[in-house]
Amino acid sequence: MKLGSLTRHLGLAVVALVVVAACGSSGGGGTASCSGAKTAKSAADCGGMDALVKAAQAEGKLNVIALPRDWANYGAILDGFHAKYGIAITSDNPDGSSQQEVDAIKQLGSTSRGPDVVDVGMAVALANTNLFTPYKVATWADVLDSQKESTGLWIQDYGGFMSIGYDSSKVPEIKAFDDLFGSQFKGKVALNGNPKQANAALNGVMMANLAEGGSLDDVSKGVDFFKRLKAAGNFSKTQATTATVKNGTTPVVFDWDYLSAAHGKDVPTWKVFVPSNAILGGYYAQAVSKDAPHPAAARLWEEYLYSDEGQNLWLKGLARPVRQAAMQKSGKIDSAAAAKLPPVNGTPQFMSDAQSTAAKNYVVAHWDAAIA
Amino acid sequence: MAVAARSIQRTRWIKLQAFRYVIFALAAIFFLVPLGAMVEFSTRANDGSRTLEYWKAIPSYPDLTGAIVASLQLAVITSVVMLVLLVPTMVWVRLKLPRLTRIIEFMSLLPLTIPAIVLVVGLFPMYIWLNNNFSDSILTLSLAYVVLVLPYCYRAIDAGLGAIDVKTLTEAARSLGASWFTVMWRVIVPNISNAILNATLLAVALVLGEYTIANNLLYNNLQVELVHLARENAGVSIAVAVAALLFAFALLVVLAFVGGRGRRVHHDPASTLGSPTITSI
Amino acid sequence: MTVAGSPAVTTNVGRPFLGGRRLSLAWVGAVPYLTYVGIFLVLPSVIIGIGAFLDANNVFTLDNFRNLSRSYVIKASIDTTVLSAITALLGAIFGALLAYAIVTGSQSGILRRLTVSASGVLAQFGGVTLAFAFIASIGPAGFVYLFAQSHGFDFYKQDLWLFEIPGIELVYLYFQIPLMVLVFLPALDGIKPQWREAAESLGGNTWHYWRHVAGPLLFPAFLGSVLLLFANAFSAYATANALVGQGQPVLAQQIAGALSSEVGAYEPGFAKAIAIEMIVIVTLVTVLYTLLQRRTARWL
Repeated sequence: MKLGSLTRHLGLAVVALVVVAACGSSGGGGTASCSGAKTAKSAADCGGMDALVKAAQAEGKLNVIALPRDWANYGAILDGFHAKYGIAITSDNPDGSSQQEVDAIKQLGSTSRGPDVVDVGMAVALANTNLFTPYKVATWADVLDSQKESTGLWIQDYGGFMSIGYDSSKVPEIKAFDDLFGSQFKGKVALNGNPKQANAALNGVMMANLAEGGSLDDVSKGVDFFKRLKAAGNFSKTQATTATVKNGTTPVVFDWDYLSAAHGKDVPTWKVFVPSNAILGGYYAQAVSKDAPHPAAARLWEEYLYSDEGQNLWLKGLARPVRQAAMQKSGKIDSAAAAKLPPVNGTPQFMSDAQSTAAKNYVVAHWDAAIA
Repeated sequence: MAVAARSIQRTRWIKLQAFRYVIFALAAIFFLVPLGAMVEFSTRANDGSRTLEYWKAIPSYPDLTGAIVASLQLAVITSVVMLVLLVPTMVWVRLKLPRLTRIIEFMSLLPLTIPAIVLVVGLFPMYIWLNNNFSDSILTLSLAYVVLVLPYCYRAIDAGLGAIDVKTLTEAARSLGASWFTVMWRVIVPNISNAILNATLLAVALVLGEYTIANNLLYNNLQVELVHLARENAGVSIAVAVAALLFAFALLVVLAFVGGRGRRVHHDPASTLGSPTITSI
Repeated sequence: MTVAGSPAVTTNVGRPFLGGRRLSLAWVGAVPYLTYVGIFLVLPSVIIGIGAFLDANNVFTLDNFRNLSRSYVIKASIDTTVLSAITALLGAIFGALLAYAIVTGSQSGILRRLTVSASGVLAQFGGVTLAFAFIASIGPAGFVYLFAQSHGFDFYKQDLWLFEIPGIELVYLYFQIPLMVLVFLPALDGIKPQWREAAESLGGNTWHYWRHVAGPLLFPAFLGSVLLLFANAFSAYATANALVGQGQPVLAQQIAGALSSEVGAYEPGFAKAIAIEMIVIVTLVTVLYTLLQRRTARWL
């Protein structure tokens, strides 16, 4: 939070009020600015993309939350948006979970620091649609119906597959799941987070479950896998971070493939393994906050994310953007980046909301005892 | 007799120095080895050679200076408010309201019993009201920080007040015609200057290191910006942590030199009146 | 000589305790503190307390408190209390020794100022980076461990204790000891050399001095510091979470899990109930401390 911003806030608020009031009274006549950005359901409602851009620039600020710069190349996306439109971005709570994002809307949404947009896991998105406002981006049609909410309350943005990332200079090559029980993996295998809390960890347990022959409806084989891993002394209970990976304390980490790939920056010998018998995918979702303090900027951000430029930046972060298929058809995809994605041979599976809840219930009841 | 006393003094002095050196050596090992490991890691390049590239990345981060300035301002405001609030109250309670001691002590412990991550949930309504009616500046965090530093500062100042005879000092000063302000400012405070310094050091260190409350109230103070910066890569994440420690340490050393006068309490006015000063340990 | 905490001479001799202008004026002195703490501490605590009685639809319920009997919560409560007590005692003892070593040196010297400043910084050092400092030194890939291992001493042969409760205890000492140094030094500053001389002139040796003179005078401050260290360890979260990310052995981790779970284990009312439980435990420990203060003030 920059100092002396109070005066700037007041000044901008006054400007914005004048602009909106002027628009409202003149009924969209001379100036091409967006009236009622707060309730605009698409760029057209706003008077077209140019009007949206102008309104957003008048607001001058965007509040985002829980977007660490190294997560799926968000650093480049934030920089790209700022460079293209000149709108200052305040990025809060970089390590926040999806739940904390919606909590911030609930608790601080009415203040000027409240989040404008959120990028959350599906479980949290589905449970909190009352906090979002519907908005359909220009490229709405490119996204499958199953990956968006019909009125535009949320829309999936990028995803990846659950993987095992490992430092090939510290442990032998992993070709199958049961390799992890080898003696060279003693105390070296870690999850990214706690499955009772973090999306990535719960999916990690589910991936183990599928690899051990289980199904999406019953995660018990996955928990049992980690229980056996702990009994063998190979499971490390510490929190895996970039530092512990580089230092060699946790050279094997269960994580989303795009997050795992980021370790390659620190460890040149980092490899990502997606088991062919357990391809578990997961997508995140975008939503605009109902109480967004900068409604036009929020909508412009969404437009940017779903434009070819935004989607390709996610691709550079080794995440799979939701418009990937459409962009491959139109030829607008960044093929060099697409070629770097970890190879996936087989049919991906996705947990439905009910399956995710069932898995969570089982994990909450059995996890602590299993890895004690 | 005097010779025997002197040789007892000498053996005791030798034993004391031996004790001190052993303690300092053990403490140095325990505290410096983990820090050394961090420094080593932050200067290790991907191929194992030494590098300063992670350290060099720190000053080039744009939002850092604003966050440092904000945190420093928060530290100053919090320390001042804390001292103004705590010291007079504690002296007053000792003198006039001894029955309130336990309640004040418990209330000062309360911030420590509730983890910050849930305390912030209770602070939201207050901050919404503050933001919408007064100011949404990051400096409003100091109001919450004063509460957070209470446990530590209370304990330090209480130890200092317990070591001096507050009642006698105040009675002596009052009987000489001093106003309450003079008593506080010119009699009590100089005698607990070390305790006040320690309390201030604790407060400054806490404010500089505070993350959870600022983060969940969506303010970007120093620690929150460091988390942003740490996401560059592993080496930078540890380099900024060590840099933040060094920064806080430098600040506290300056404070310690400016603030502490190293006066031992037995030089206080009441006790130097009659007894000859025998300097021994 | 006044024993810290209890007035030796009461200035209200001869006056009735209740009533009278003197008392009401005295209370005014405590008002600023009580008001400030009331708004910024008691009020949030009350909000949290109320929240503990509400369920997801803001309907009154006792379920959150019933859920405190879940086995992992009980285990975490016991583990956290024991862990806090151990680190408080060990931290207090080692911290007192270190503080004594500092205070017996030159008062305005560089050593004292440097160690006091270092203590200030380290007392608040925690979280992910402290955990990593230990992981990088004595962790399974740390240079201390590798060095010991190459010389035949594998201290993780039985189990990887660094990532269990013993590890948390060791890492907590890293900030408990400096905290003790800072809060206990002012008490040590109050030791007058005249006391030592008086004890000696009566024929006492070092043991008598500590047991009958300096010890009892320092004990209240020592006990108060132990209480502070206990509460400090009890509510600490980030360090334990970075060190032991699985299993949530520490009560504060259970709270964080219930508050920030993004897989659906989001139970804010339950988190607040755990917070109330934590306040209750610390209150009990404080009561114990008060009783101990009163008892020892009599014997010592």
